[in-house]
Amino acid sequence: MSAPVVFVPLDSAARSVGADEVAEAIVGEAAARGHEVQLVRNGSRGMFWLEPLVEVATRAGRVAYGPVGAGDVGELLDAGMLDGDPNRLWLGATEEIAHLKRQTRFTFARVGVIDPVSVADYEANGGLAGLRRALEMSPQEIVTEVTKSGLRGRGGAGFPTGIKWQTVLDAPSDLKFIACNADEGDSGTFADRMLMEGDPFSLVEGMAIAGLAVGASEGYIYVRSEYPDAIATMAAAIDIAYLNGWIGPSVLGTGPAFDLHLRVGAGAYICGEETAMLESLEGRRGMIRAKPPLPAVAGLFGRPTVVNNVLSLATVPPILVQGAEAFSQLGVGRSRGTQVFQLAGNISHGGILETAFGITLGELVEQIGGGTATGLPVRAVQVGGPLGAYLPTSRFDLPMDYEAFAAVGAMVGHGGVVVFDGTVDLSRQARFAMEFCAEESCGKCTPCRLGSVRGVEVIDRIIAGVEREANLELLEDLCETMVDASLCAMGGLTPFPVRSALQYFPEDFEATNAVPK
Amino acid sequence: MVSRTTSSYIGWSKERTVEIVERHAGERGPLMPILHELQDVFGFVDPRAVDVLAEALNFSKADVHGVVSFYKDFRSELPGASVIRVCRGEACQSMGAERLAAHAREQLAVDFGETTGDGAITLEQVFCLGNCALSPAVMVDGRLKGRIDEGLFDDLVARVRSQAVK
Repeated sequence: MSAPVVFVPLDSAARSVGADEVAEAIVGEAAARGHEVQLVRNGSRGMFWLEPLVEVATRAGRVAYGPVGAGDVGELLDAGMLDGDPNRLWLGATEEIAHLKRQTRFTFARVGVIDPVSVADYEANGGLAGLRRALEMSPQEIVTEVTKSGLRGRGGAGFPTGIKWQTVLDAPSDLKFIACNADEGDSGTFADRMLMEGDPFSLVEGMAIAGLAVGASEGYIYVRSEYPDAIATMAAAIDIAYLNGWIGPSVLGTGPAFDLHLRVGAGAYICGEETAMLESLEGRRGMIRAKPPLPAVAGLFGRPTVVNNVLSLATVPPILVQGAEAFSQLGVGRSRGTQVFQLAGNISHGGILETAFGITLGELVEQIGGGTATGLPVRAVQVGGPLGAYLPTSRFDLPMDYEAFAAVGAMVGHGGVVVFDGTVDLSRQARFAMEFCAEESCGKCTPCRLGSVRGVEVIDRIIAGVEREANLELLEDLCETMVDASLCAMGGLTPFPVRSALQYFPEDFEATNAVPK
Repeated sequence: MVSRTTSSYIGWSKERTVEIVERHAGERGPLMPILHELQDVFGFVDPRAVDVLAEALNFSKADVHGVVSFYKDFRSELPGASVIRVCRGEACQSMGAERLAAHAREQLAVDFGETTGDGAITLEQVFCLGNCALSPAVMVDGRLKGRIDEGLFDDLVARVRSQAVK
């Protein structure tokens, strides 16, 4: 009988709370007891309150334990963990854990299940089937399939992926590019990181398919430097993909050439904006470009370029395997398919939840997230990153749907939800939004560069009670100018958190040390 | 990108710089990969490298300097033996990151971007490390840490300092 297989995540968040120490303890303590174990470092299942989550493969399937500390390992082994026996950290069959069971894992099907850089695991779990199918299709057929699926850009803007691909396919050029935006800089979002660390081949496969679809022979993945583990795993995956002939001179040995390069950002939030990212890839300052021309027409090095987010690209292989219909039948309104929602901040059960669009904000935060980690009532949530609106619990009935959020001056963005309890001061958060914009603005347009600095100043005066009414009016004017006149989303969306904080939490802007007029 | 301790960095070498530039010369838009490698090897981007890069890549010195100075990651001087980055993103704020950030500055007696007098630690702020469900997060020499309160921060600092002594 072969040694029992034990899974301990290599995901950087799991490592951040001791997964490496647990893995080491399992190997050491098992050896001390004369047991052999086969240790597999998988991605994370995305239930971070249970990390480090240890799984053991048994005849009846995988059994989970968590959260396991290195100090628990001896006791767990003595209590029959290697046979999947129950004990105080026993969670039962992994697949039966309620939080996992209620999910529809489409993009994240393999994350947490497989060894991220095992070719055998990847292929045994449906990997490469999408690329193989793409090789049997014409470029137009691939683009049509993606369009029919209703997939929209997962980076935040929600632009239909198929329409973008069609533009690049139709653009005449002897050289085209696929650029993957992996500069996931929004606080509260970590799904790109988890995918790159937990199933990097799916991104390689998605990019190769995009290459076939639009006639691009080169791809670039631009990863933020704040993700060293994702960079290392992605780099290893690309090397393995080359070695196995998945990419390179001929995709899977029968297709056209597709080369894939990994590039690393350098701490500029603005490079998550697609045109600033292209500038950075070209070796320049990350200054945004005015659009038009669209990157699909004149993008990287002036060539037609598909710029897609990590999750958008990684969702394409399962769409090709299961068909556009399998994806488009999920969701609500014009938000089709699943989204990998991320529950973050002051939340009891933080992590990811992949499910169809349409689930309400309240279900995500209260039912699935279990409310705050501190146990105090939820006061505010920020959805969609630093440029997303702050919403009160009275908005918990909002369905997670691009259009429903846009209708109330909010955005779904990348699907990140950051939860705050009653200790939050929304005037501070509004001020921070302006401060962050001032810090991260590329400086190209005035509303963003100067408006944000002015915004900090004006909010300070409002809080201090200096000419409150006049300054509130000024702030609204400023927000309007930033929304209307900024060249990109940085300046254009910064007013969202500011305005929403004012709208829903006006009491936080009452002067604490009011100066009489 | 991958942080190391100061001892593994080598001193300025024009030859090594030229070698790095030449290795990347065939790539499209090679400047960023070159700058990252220079920083990995030397610990920072030496102003002397700007001249070498400008000449080798046929850019003006101003262009190269403009790129180096735009990106926060590129340092102009050698960092401390360890680099500790404290996340100040909103998710971490919701779990007390501002308190942690103030504590870190006070405890190390430096502001963000500065190095302690003994050269042991460079303290930096960062906006999101992608550990938003285990806030507050910090990164110590490229290793992510989660649920870090003031006490755990002090433990990390103590560990880093004891390693520096060894």
